[in-house]
Amino acid sequence: MASKFTVSNRTGWLMAGPAVLLIAGFVILPFFLAIGFSFTNQRLVSPNPTEFTGLANYRQLLGVTTLTLDPVRDEAGAVVMKDGEPEYPSLRSLTRNNPDRPDLAGMREWFSFSTGGDSRTYVLARDVVFMKAIVNTFIFVLVVAPVQAGLALGLALLINQRLRGINVFRAIYFMPVVVSIVVVSLLWRLIYDGQSGLLNNLLGTISFGLIPPVDWLGNPSTALGSIIAMSIWQAVGFHMVIWLSGLQTISPTLYEAAAIEGASKWQVFRYITWPGLRNTAVLILIVITMQAFGLFAQIDVMTNGGPLDSTQTIVFQAIERGYGKQDISGGSAISVILFVIVLSISLIQRWLTREKS
Amino acid sequence: MALISADNRGLRLATRYAVLGLIAVIFVFPLVFMVMSSLKPDQQLLQDSGNLRAFLPVGDISLDNYTAAFQRAPVATFVFNSVLVTGVTVLLSLLICSAAGFAFVFVNWKGRGVLLSILLATLILPFETIAIPMLLMVAHLPWIGTEGITWGWLNSYHVQIIPFVADGLTVFLFVQYFKDLPGELIEAARVEGASWGQIYRRIVMPLSGPILATAAILKFLVMYNQYLWPLMVTQEEGYRPVMVGLQYFFQLNVAWGEVMAYLSMITVPVLAFYLYLQKAFIASIASTGVKG
Repeated sequence: MASKFTVSNRTGWLMAGPAVLLIAGFVILPFFLAIGFSFTNQRLVSPNPTEFTGLANYRQLLGVTTLTLDPVRDEAGAVVMKDGEPEYPSLRSLTRNNPDRPDLAGMREWFSFSTGGDSRTYVLARDVVFMKAIVNTFIFVLVVAPVQAGLALGLALLINQRLRGINVFRAIYFMPVVVSIVVVSLLWRLIYDGQSGLLNNLLGTISFGLIPPVDWLGNPSTALGSIIAMSIWQAVGFHMVIWLSGLQTISPTLYEAAAIEGASKWQVFRYITWPGLRNTAVLILIVITMQAFGLFAQIDVMTNGGPLDSTQTIVFQAIERGYGKQDISGGSAISVILFVIVLSISLIQRWLTREKS
Repeated sequence: MALISADNRGLRLATRYAVLGLIAVIFVFPLVFMVMSSLKPDQQLLQDSGNLRAFLPVGDISLDNYTAAFQRAPVATFVFNSVLVTGVTVLLSLLICSAAGFAFVFVNWKGRGVLLSILLATLILPFETIAIPMLLMVAHLPWIGTEGITWGWLNSYHVQIIPFVADGLTVFLFVQYFKDLPGELIEAARVEGASWGQIYRRIVMPLSGPILATAAILKFLVMYNQYLWPLMVTQEEGYRPVMVGLQYFFQLNVAWGEVMAYLSMITVPVLAFYLYLQKAFIASIASTGVKG
């Protein structure tokens, strides 16, 4: 409808201008500032002028190296044993003020594994906490994305049947979505409590006391899992509704045809429902992945990254540095790393789920 | 499946409802627990969490926790701040984003194609990746207020409002909706000599009820539940919203009864609002998925 009546440069700019300016100023500009700051030593407040430091922030965050050490041997050449394990030279002697290995200065052990024979390989990182944060965030995303999408689809199929009062159930399943994740996190802190938490009491009752109480958030092996379960509980209704709107775009005549042909329930799902949900599936996967990478409030309210850094995440680290320690450049570098990860993953997801022509 | 007779239908129906009901319990129990606990003294609250009494208003029931919560923190201030910030942001957002959507769909002007693609590209920028540089940025921005020109936006209402007024998703939702309106109507009005302002006010806005509700609900949920941003930009309690106000309940010993009272106060009105308008809420979430 590009008739001469609808052409008006002035009106176009006037009406779109405020939104364009605001988005440019408060989304696009900060994004480029993040890239810029990440190459400097910018702080929130500092008496010294900001300096360009090149890749120093990235090197500090992402520096990882491996080191293979042979065990300590006594004069006879036998391996020195300590507590039944071979003893290895102290890492500190290499990473602290060692003139022979300036490249290792300031690095710490992330993890180690034995590599055949007696030698042991150490993986050293300049910033061990950040490495753990990256690993935890990936675990969170890799569990939450498929599980939440799958459960949401299950709920959508359940809700998508013709049954009296079904809307009541739909409304209830969606309820946690409306509640702030901060409120939800606090509530679940009490549910997960190690002594008088609801969850421990419930497990104790149904197992007749066989399952001992667990300090769900205070134990490094259960803390992240507990946060994952709670996060899925809170958000699954959101994606249920999106699946549901996808389900309702599938033509009912297809289902009628399938019924006439005598298709089984599984066949109906496999050949009618699932192909019809293709675009919805791609959207849901990308949205969940993006949301999951932003994991912050749950950590801030429930664990503060602990115990033993088992719930550190990328965004939590970015905020702790950029805001807590007022190290804007370090926080910005983490933000840029996060953006690169999110962008690459959504490109990969798009490529994997592209329409095959 | 073919063997199922009429007798089994009642049983099958009952099973279906049982499954639906069991799942409903999973979604609703923490919220019931929250409200019931807010009515109990701390000691009883912890005792009750060992059994089903946790979900019942039994024992020593009172509103004492609510009174105590008001004494511990300026609850009224937090609620006022949240309502003000959320309300103003929602209204400004509807105005500015609908105008932008209008311009992108109905008006032909130079640059609209490029600008629209740039706005859509911002959808892949998670807020978390721009929060830190934005903190530094707003700490140095000028503001003209009653005291003349001041520098730095920290500790104010506008620092919580202005960055969130316009966003790619809201503009996108308006664009999608306007595309389905009959374009001939707008062109006919132009031919008749109607001004753009008249078309926006008299033709397009009256047809936009559903999308205005959708955009308002989505913005409301985001703004009322904000945590990270107000946490960073409001150090003064006078400007803090409800979610940041929670911190007042975690000094030294956690008084769970008061926490639950505060959580109930900031959550139950939203839940009631949701249940009242649940069709609109669910439709607005659903609309973010269509044609995405």
